Amino acid sequence: MKSLDDLKRIRDAAQKKVTMRGKNDGIRILVGMATCGISAGARPVMNKFVEEIASRDLEKVTVTPVGCIGECAIEPIVEVLQGEERTTYCRVDIEAVERIINEHIVGGKVVSDHVIGKYRI
Amino acid sequence: MIERAHVLICSGSNCISRGAKSLRDEFEDNLNRLGIRDEIKLVNTGCVGLCEQGPFVIVYPEGVFYAQIKSKDVKSICDEHLYKGRIVEKLVFDEALTPEKEVKAFDEIKFYSKQTRVALRNCGLINPDDIEEYIARDGYRGLGKVLLEMTPSEVIEEMIDSGLRGRGGGGFPTGVKWKFAHNEVNDQKFMICNADEGDPGAFMDRALLEGDPHSILEGLMIGGYAIGANKGYIYVRIEYPTAIEKLKVAIKQAKEFGLIGDNIFGSGFNFDIEIRLGAGAFVCGEETALIASIEGARGMSRNKPPFPAVSGLWGKPTIINNVETLANIPAVIHNGAKWFSRIGTEKSKGTKVFSLGGNIKNAGLVEVPMGTTLREVIYEIGGGIPKNKALKAVQTGGPSGGAIPESLLDLPIEYETLVAAGSMMGSGGMVVIDEDNCMVDICRFYLEFTVEESCGKCTPCREGTKKMLEILNIISSGEGTLEDLAFLEKLAGSVKNSSLCGLGQAAPNPILSMLEHFRDEFEAHVVDKKCPGGVCKPLINLHVLENCIGCTKCAKNCPVDCISGSLKQMHKIDNSVCIKCGICKNVCPVDAIVSI
Repeated sequence: MKSLDDLKRIRDAAQKKVTMRGKNDGIRILVGMATCGISAGARPVMNKFVEEIASRDLEKVTVTPVGCIGECAIEPIVEVLQGEERTTYCRVDIEAVERIINEHIVGGKVVSDHVIGKYRI
Repeated sequence: MIERAHVLICSGSNCISRGAKSLRDEFEDNLNRLGIRDEIKLVNTGCVGLCEQGPFVIVYPEGVFYAQIKSKDVKSICDEHLYKGRIVEKLVFDEALTPEKEVKAFDEIKFYSKQTRVALRNCGLINPDDIEEYIARDGYRGLGKVLLEMTPSEVIEEMIDSGLRGRGGGGFPTGVKWKFAHNEVNDQKFMICNADEGDPGAFMDRALLEGDPHSILEGLMIGGYAIGANKGYIYVRIEYPTAIEKLKVAIKQAKEFGLIGDNIFGSGFNFDIEIRLGAGAFVCGEETALIASIEGARGMSRNKPPFPAVSGLWGKPTIINNVETLANIPAVIHNGAKWFSRIGTEKSKGTKVFSLGGNIKNAGLVEVPMGTTLREVIYEIGGGIPKNKALKAVQTGGPSGGAIPESLLDLPIEYETLVAAGSMMGSGGMVVIDEDNCMVDICRFYLEFTVEESCGKCTPCREGTKKMLEILNIISSGEGTLEDLAFLEKLAGSVKNSSLCGLGQAAPNPILSMLEHFRDEFEAHVVDKKCPGGVCKPLINLHVLENCIGCTKCAKNCPVDCISGSLKQMHKIDNSVCIKCGICKNVCPVDAIVSI
């Protein structure tokens, strides 16, 4: 350790290791991972979210597997929670994950093609 | 791949003794079985604090707080929560569930939300074996700040301004103590961490050493820079094997990162830290005895002055700080004296860690701002007394402190108020005593401890404690007189005034405080020949009350067959045969057996 900058570098790199263990005031991505979700392909979807968040270094974005919300027919379902705002996406695949990350999480604009309203019959 | 969830497994000694050791392997097996091992990070942390409900598993990012987890529960946490995202409600700590069955995050539980964690800031949150997690939580920034931006005098001024006082019990201002050693001119000075925690019922220091060892190292080095020492010792008892192991790992990692060694941060400051093991003698927590022990001599105290700050280890200026004091120091430096002095009261700044034990629901480790009342700690954080029993007293300061009665529970916790109440802050043991305890018996317990631990160097302590214990034994046997009580009080005063070191000076404290607050209970023993707590065997008689349902349970369990009575008839105890073991009282389903 030769300088304070060295310490700061290690700190910034290591911070990813522990940020999850604090208050969650950022964006939460909930992936429906009940049996229906898993069989519809929720697992690669969740993994993709985790990978994208890691590779783009997005701060304060967490991914949490959750249970079934009841709309099993349109799984995989992903919800994005940001403060009071809740956006529900359906039939999410790898391609949709990329769009949600690019357009919604980073860009701040809801990906309207996949929102639940489009799928409700 | 970055992990999407962190599973924290409490691996403090208390949880290990409750079986936490096998949990990690169990998680590894289950996560591998589900094929999600690389998505989940497993972290063995230090003590989480709520030891009564251990072992704990905390799952982030949700912060779900699972309590009393056994190996067989791990499967459902993995299958349900980690794989499918369904929180396993039946394993969640019951106070973390709202009446609507919503799961509260770990820091919203009453036990934690009432606390302010300064010394314990990382305990239970980071992996103590990973220096990077400590650095991520702003670790070693305080050290960097003092080495590169402050002079030793400025560091001392900052410490004085913060108002931090020694957490080992004495409450001497840390900055002032450092100044004494700083002002000494000498080619060699020493910093020592006093980790010889020995009070029965106290485990704060152990939890800190096990859960956040780097904060102790950092505190020690900041002190070293301030007083001009380049060598530090950590004196820890061999009865703390996990703490020693964690310290060794921490020292090794800090050396690898260049945080211990030569030219730290390129500042030209060198520091080395060594561990010294004690054999577990209570007296070695006293500064001069501790120094003697490190020097290789028998652990015995000597006269002061000269104080260690002037002439300590091998005759060199030496500062000895307690573990908790050192753990506070990096936080004080990093956040500034102003931040720290805003916490607490006018004379007692900051927080204090207590190990809450005895007759209390949530036994464990708590850290509260100074000025919090004892009642808040016991009832709001500690959850009160089990089985709705009445509280009789709280013993703070262990065998060196005193008992505080129910009537004084609204006292704010401060160094001075506790002394005025006849007790002391002590290192932080807080033992809750309920109505089923006998104060004479508790006095005997503490005196047995001090008799055993007296080093024997000075007569008042060596002979006085022994004599006081003899009198207490006479009182509890029912043979005592009022003269014995008066003599006990006089002797206690003499031992307090004439002993050489803190051990003897404080040994009579339990007796003096209990005589002050519970004299009627002592008098009941010598005058009425009764033990109100129903503990002193020669003074109790067991009786069956009218509400006996004649279930015959007591008679069946009596080891000496002294209970007579047939089914559905009221039973009777023959007190001439009874050995007062109390088994009948414990097995009675309707509480019909009482001791009078």
